[in-house]
Amino acid sequence: MSLPSPHADSHGEVDPQRLRALLEGGLPLTERPWQALAEQCGMSEAEVLAWVERWQREGLIKRMGLVVRHHALGIRANAMVVWDLPDTAVAEVGRRLAAEPAVTLCYRRRRCPPEWPYNLFCMIHGTRRERVLAALDDIVERQALQDMPRRVLFSLKAYKQCGGRYIHEDQP
Amino acid sequence: MNVAHRPKPAKLDAADRRIVNRLQQGLPLVPSPYAAVAAELSLSEGELLYRLERLLEAGVLSRFGPMYHAERLGGGLTLAALEVPEADFERVTETVNAFPEVAHNYRREHRLNMWFVLATETPQRIAEVIEAIEAATGLVVFNMPKQEEFHVRLHLPV
Repeated sequence: MSLPSPHADSHGEVDPQRLRALLEGGLPLTERPWQALAEQCGMSEAEVLAWVERWQREGLIKRMGLVVRHHALGIRANAMVVWDLPDTAVAEVGRRLAAEPAVTLCYRRRRCPPEWPYNLFCMIHGTRRERVLAALDDIVERQALQDMPRRVLFSLKAYKQCGGRYIHEDQP
Repeated sequence: MNVAHRPKPAKLDAADRRIVNRLQQGLPLVPSPYAAVAAELSLSEGELLYRLERLLEAGVLSRFGPMYHAERLGGGLTLAALEVPEADFERVTETVNAFPEVAHNYRREHRLNMWFVLATETPQRIAEVIEAIEAATGLVVFNMPKQEEFHVRLHLPV
């Protein structure tokens, strides 16, 4: 993937790929973290900020953030809740479910009929199953989704969890 | 990684929780971002940095970094599932996890009992990896690519 060349500030060889690589390692925990990165890739602090701002604006980077490892917090009940919604309703219901505080991720996905008719996936995390189910009951009632077919798939075991550069959270 | 053995959960105090919840929304793009967030949370910058370091060390947080859009980076990403016969579960787990493109793999309660995320360098590669997994396991892969993402504000409120 190549980005357009650096913005008009030409002291020659500014290499945004080097900055990208440094960013992957994480932002340093120091008072001037951008300055620290700037020193390592031969840019000014302002240039570093301009690049990151541009990547965010272009949508390459969603945000500079962190990943919470829910297992380390004892949040072990991880439910994938799936719904079979009419194609005409799925976007609207998806937006409403995403606005529910208990929902941590919400996607529309391709159905695989007949085995898998479900087209909306959301995740609900919690410390215990009963709490997750109670939260789901509340949501169903509040959003009037009683008549929509759904399934709750709790995870029994995580066999692999590597947060690569593309993957930063459980994908429902 | 097998995470079945369970270490004691980390304990967060009220300030830790505020920090984690605030930072899931992202860091401001200013020269002193930690100072800006500390001010929002009525903490000193030193205390915020100290607590962040501790949370990283405790494994509660992973690195502080860019959250990419895989698709816009030119990569492929999908969620896939298998119906694995109980007697074969261990063997199939090993076979599937041996693919470097498999990121997460969860056992779930359903006839489709194995759920994994595939992340590839290019979108075309997804189909190739799925074919290879089908060949290696002798099972049908159910491929459920994302069609739309609905944005949540907090990914994991703590």
